[in-house]
Amino acid sequence: MSALLAVEDLGKSFGGLRAVSGLSFTVNEGEIVGLIGPNGAGKSTVFNLINGVFVPDAGRVQFRGGNITGETPYRVARHGIARTHQVVQPLAELTVLENCTVGACFGRENLPLYRARAVAREAAAFVGLEDRLAMPAAQLTIAGKKRLELARALSAQPLMLLLDEELAGLNATEIERMLEVIRSIRARGIAILIIEHLMQAIMGLSDRIVVLNSGQKLAEGAPAEIANNPAVIEAYLGDPALAASLHGGAPA
Amino acid sequence: MSGKTTGTVAGEQRASLRRRPFFWIIAAVIAAFALAPAIGNNVELRESLLLATVYITLASNLNIMLGYAGYINFGSIVFFGLGGYTCVYLISAHGWPLAAAELAAGVAVSFLALVFGLGILRLRGAFFALATIGINEAVQAFVSNFEPWGGAAGLYLPTTIFKPLGGPMRALWVVYFLLVAVMGASLYLSYAVKSSKFGLGLIAIGQNEDAAVVLGVPAPLYKALAYSLSAFLPALAGGLYFFKSAFIQPSDAFDLNLSTEAMVIVMLGGRSTVTGAAIGAYLYEELRGYLLTSQTFSSFQLVISGALLLLIVLFVPGGLMGWIYGRWPRGKEVLE
Amino acid sequence: MLGIIAAIIDGVLIGSVYGLAALGLTLIWGVMEVINLTHGAAIVAGMFGLYLLANAVHIPPYATLPLILIGGFLVGIVLYWISVHRLMGRPPLMILLSTFAVNLVVIGLGTAAWGTDLFNVPVSLPSVTWGRYTFSGTHILAAALTTAIAGALYLFLYHTKLGKAVRAVANNREAAELAGIPTTRVLSLSFGLGVALAGAAGMLIATMFPFTVLSGDAYQLKSFVVTALGGLGNPAGALVGGIALGLIEGFAGQFMPVSWTLVIEFVLFVAVLIIFPRGIFAFRRA
Ligand SMILES: Nc1ncnc2c1ncn2[C@@H]1O[C@H](COP(=O)(O)OP(=O)(O)O)[C@@H](O)[C@H]1O
Ligand SMILES: [Mg+2]
Repeated sequence: MSALLAVEDLGKSFGGLRAVSGLSFTVNEGEIVGLIGPNGAGKSTVFNLINGVFVPDAGRVQFRGGNITGETPYRVARHGIARTHQVVQPLAELTVLENCTVGACFGRENLPLYRARAVAREAAAFVGLEDRLAMPAAQLTIAGKKRLELARALSAQPLMLLLDEELAGLNATEIERMLEVIRSIRARGIAILIIEHLMQAIMGLSDRIVVLNSGQKLAEGAPAEIANNPAVIEAYLGDPALAASLHGGAPA
Repeated sequence: MSGKTTGTVAGEQRASLRRRPFFWIIAAVIAAFALAPAIGNNVELRESLLLATVYITLASNLNIMLGYAGYINFGSIVFFGLGGYTCVYLISAHGWPLAAAELAAGVAVSFLALVFGLGILRLRGAFFALATIGINEAVQAFVSNFEPWGGAAGLYLPTTIFKPLGGPMRALWVVYFLLVAVMGASLYLSYAVKSSKFGLGLIAIGQNEDAAVVLGVPAPLYKALAYSLSAFLPALAGGLYFFKSAFIQPSDAFDLNLSTEAMVIVMLGGRSTVTGAAIGAYLYEELRGYLLTSQTFSSFQLVISGALLLLIVLFVPGGLMGWIYGRWPRGKEVLE
Repeated sequence: MLGIIAAIIDGVLIGSVYGLAALGLTLIWGVMEVINLTHGAAIVAGMFGLYLLANAVHIPPYATLPLILIGGFLVGIVLYWISVHRLMGRPPLMILLSTFAVNLVVIGLGTAAWGTDLFNVPVSLPSVTWGRYTFSGTHILAAALTTAIAGALYLFLYHTKLGKAVRAVANNREAAELAGIPTTRVLSLSFGLGVALAGAAGMLIATMFPFTVLSGDAYQLKSFVVTALGGLGNPAGALVGGIALGLIEGFAGQFMPVSWTLVIEFVLFVAVLIIFPRGIFAFRRA
């Protein structure tokens, strides 16, 4: 099986800071791959390099066999990669439905307006926002805004989703509901690359995990391998809470 | 775009422009503008409505950039002025008929706007706004020195120019009706843009450009198209306006005050609303008319524009229509 | 040849005053990322401040400078509270519009009071002859006073506690707030400083050239050109940019009518903005 997304030897510096360097990994069709690492490891930067917010200094990004390195974000969206933001980015004065309609109109299918509305409505219902369609996005709760990020991305009918800390800031019930939604996205056959700090959640969801530290790949493998990898545990030792959750969350 | 969010989930029909009430409201406004002065041959009313057509044209086109895409254009008057110059020049120097000169002015100015737009729309926010001031000043300074266009002295049209339109008296009516048509086209244009996918993309850019781009909105292209599109009708209006005066000079053609007034109108009526540009223009015209005739206020016109703008920005940022829709959300369905 | 060199040196003298004006604009941008469109009005206020104080109250022209600095500072603080404070954190478009609106009010009041007539403040200073060149005394003194004010600003920003607070707020407002710096007061103070600098520049320009109520627009645009050249938010860049603009004006003035140098300036402004849009943004990150 050929990879859906292949990142090869990717590098990006900000001034003197090497945020990402020499990073390679792949995501296959229908797969969920977890991207973990301490704060500032470069995870969000990897997303920004994949979807064209930043142009990489080095390396390539391949999607469905084509080279998409350095393409603008709107072209990447058209190829079928949709993403959510770690810091939510609602179109504040637009309603939930309008937000999703933007996603559907300008996403992979490039739908006309009247068809986009139907898709948007369906995506909003899929994440459980169906009763807030007419609400301006600014008025949603933080959990609501996180859902909206996801609904907007789904409206694009993507082949691949990049999820950046979708669970951060949610309470236990909200997390459970969000996990359910993510599982049903997988059931639709959409590949997912997911950044998450909640070890238990990401270990349970992912088929494979890539660990980043200081912009470089520290380890890659099945969740169980990662949880027992000494290098990974050591990297997290600087962050005792995370190290503890890594152990607690490891599947038996 | 539609605020309609309830209703059938499946089989959403393409919303036909003509099925919306607002289509007919615009038609009624155009008819009123055309008929009111014509009945009884009321020249005074015609002249005051003529200014209103110019204001509404400038404001609704400015609204496409300022209201929808969220880009302040301090120099929107450049299109009006260049349209005027192109038209007057083609008529006076090359003897073109009005219709041909108008068309050429519209096309040439839109093309120029596209070129400017592709350049300066790489700039975000405040930097774009500054560049628009620069462009207005650069164009004005250039035209003031450009001999073929008469330099600082400007260009005159001979009175014989009105002959083909049936003499000066009839020509003024013809120009007025044409300006009403341009105004109507402007209202329909901002309405059509707003209810289209293109408009949705622009509004998304206005809300959060980074997010819009990530969602797939081709922002550079859309902004340049919007900038160019919003140049066409003001250029036509400029052509007609200065054809009517039979005279054009840089300080009138590129009067930054007119840009300013267009901005005040958009903010007064409500940024990003179609109705707001028209109602704002009407209100502003009324206010201005009152202030100009009132002894005390006539020299304080600028002060009042400024104070009005400041109060709106500080306390009613949504403008009149924004305020109304905030209290009466269904109004948006009827009026937009 | 003689003419060109003299014109260029004179351009540098005048350009330093453009730099002072731009310093006001750039300081405000650097601290709060606000483009102050009352800048032109502040410059004109400085010009008319000199005119009123010197002609009506008979204060010696150069003695008005400290008064104008203090007055500008106080007015700037008031302007901050009127047109900026409420709109912090809202889309930047809003502050651009509110400061623009205040500018309209000020210019409108000025036009109502003085019309658009040309004003002139007679300042008699002996001219200075250096070798074969002769320079106007007002130009030399303006450049010297500019240097003194810029130096004082530097000392304030880098060697006083308050100045350090200003720089901390410019660097990272949230962090400064957490460190216990009263950021709102620092913001209003910086706005006051920016307006004071613009007013002082206006006063110095008025000692050199005649002016009208509407002159502010032209000098505001020069400040934009200067900041585009020197990098917005960069105080040293403002001075260098100002001198560069003075040089360009002095040089271009030798080859074309003055009216064309205006075209050159604006084209330059737009071109620099377009060609180095990142450069201007990037400066703050570095
Ligand atoms: N736009 C930017 N400019 C400068 N530095 C940045 C930028 N974006 C991220 N960084 C830096 O790159 C590093 C990686 O950041 P990020 O990818 O956000 O980490 P993570 O998502 O893993 O927490 C951090 O040190 C961060 O400060
Ligand atoms: Mg991150």
